Amino acid sequence: MADGNNLFQLEIITPDRVFYQGEAFMVEFTAEDGDIGVYKNHIPLTTVIAPGILNIKEAQGEKQAALHAGFAQILPEKVTILAEVAEWPDEIDKNRAEEAKKRAEERLQSHAAGIDVARAEAALKKALIRLNIGK
Amino acid sequence: MASLRDIKQRKSSIQSTQQITKAMKLVSTVKLQKARTRAEQANPYFNYMYQTVTSMLARSGSLDHPYLKPGSSAKKAVVVISSNRGLAGGYNSNIVKLLSGSELPKEDVKVYAIGRKAMDGLERKGYEITADHSDVMDGPTYGDAIAICKEILDAYSKGEIGEIYLAYTHFKNTVSHVPTLMKLLPVEFDEEEISNADVSIPMNYEPNEEEALDRIIPKYITSLFYGALVEAVASENGARMQAMDSATSNAEEIIGDLTLKYNRARQSNITQELTEIIAGAEAIS
Repeated sequence: MADGNNLFQLEIITPDRVFYQGEAFMVEFTAEDGDIGVYKNHIPLTTVIAPGILNIKEAQGEKQAALHAGFAQILPEKVTILAEVAEWPDEIDKNRAEEAKKRAEERLQSHAAGIDVARAEAALKKALIRLNIGK
Repeated sequence: MASLRDIKQRKSSIQSTQQITKAMKLVSTVKLQKARTRAEQANPYFNYMYQTVTSMLARSGSLDHPYLKPGSSAKKAVVVISSNRGLAGGYNSNIVKLLSGSELPKEDVKVYAIGRKAMDGLERKGYEITADHSDVMDGPTYGDAIAICKEILDAYSKGEIGEIYLAYTHFKNTVSHVPTLMKLLPVEFDEEEISNADVSIPMNYEPNEEEALDRIIPKYITSLFYGALVEAVASENGARMQAMDSATSNAEEIIGDLTLKYNRARQSNITQELTEIIAGAEAIS
């Protein structure tokens, strides 16, 4: 299935490092309008990334990471993801994510005035992704 | 001629100053290396961002988007990045001079200060300081850049400010740092770059083009901003390293001078004593 012909260039760049650089067979991530999976020869597309799980299928296997914000530029031979935050599973601090989850849940349940619901929801989502992938 | 004791005191005081400047130089050398690595690591992200946004604009031609045309307000926000600490040679005053020497009229400028030194300098010159985010300078993260950008972009979309500028020190290399004033919004690109961009492949946008632009341009500005922050940290430490280096060698020079003076004074003291003794002996005999 994954022979040399259907591999494409994949680059994931964050502000502090080049997160991933290599050849992939498929990449999957969450865009604003839902999950998308990209194979080689995809139509050119620029899309905004929503918090979600990133799945990279390479010739040697599969890799997972948490991807929180940014955008992706997809070209037939090359995919570039500019991520504001990206983390490999072993970089995730589970305790911190657990705390963040609790905090966000409390804030959502309290219904007090002056709470930014959208922000709390986003925080909850991020924490859930981190916990999910860090397992 | 100063007395022996005076010279000695002066010398030891300069020696202790030299020790301080030497230590500061070492500290800033280490910090510079760290900051430089960070600035270099931020580079690929920024470069890709620039390429993507240029090619987006090249493809979309003249889009009617608020980020692409000047706002109605005459006020101009200037984000001024300097340092919280002095003893960095001309680093901070160059930034202040850059802004006061620019064409931006003082009355229209709203300063968003990052770094206490330039903020104090500008305040003294009568600039309006709108916000102070100086604590960021102790260790800028991408999150900080996002937060500050959001604040300024909000003010921009509310129409409180019509243009956004960024004043920072560009880190060219270890010895050369260039104070730079850059326009962030409305986005302006080099026409040449745009016409050179690769437009052979038609690009699709998701959601739609305008919304994508809406999301991506703030990210682009944040990345510029973050790049400027990490470069400024590198420049600051570079400037301090240079300043402390020349201070150390100046101290060295003065100490050499004083040692010479001290020895001369000591010698002339001895000569004088001898003459006195001989004269005394002659008077008795």
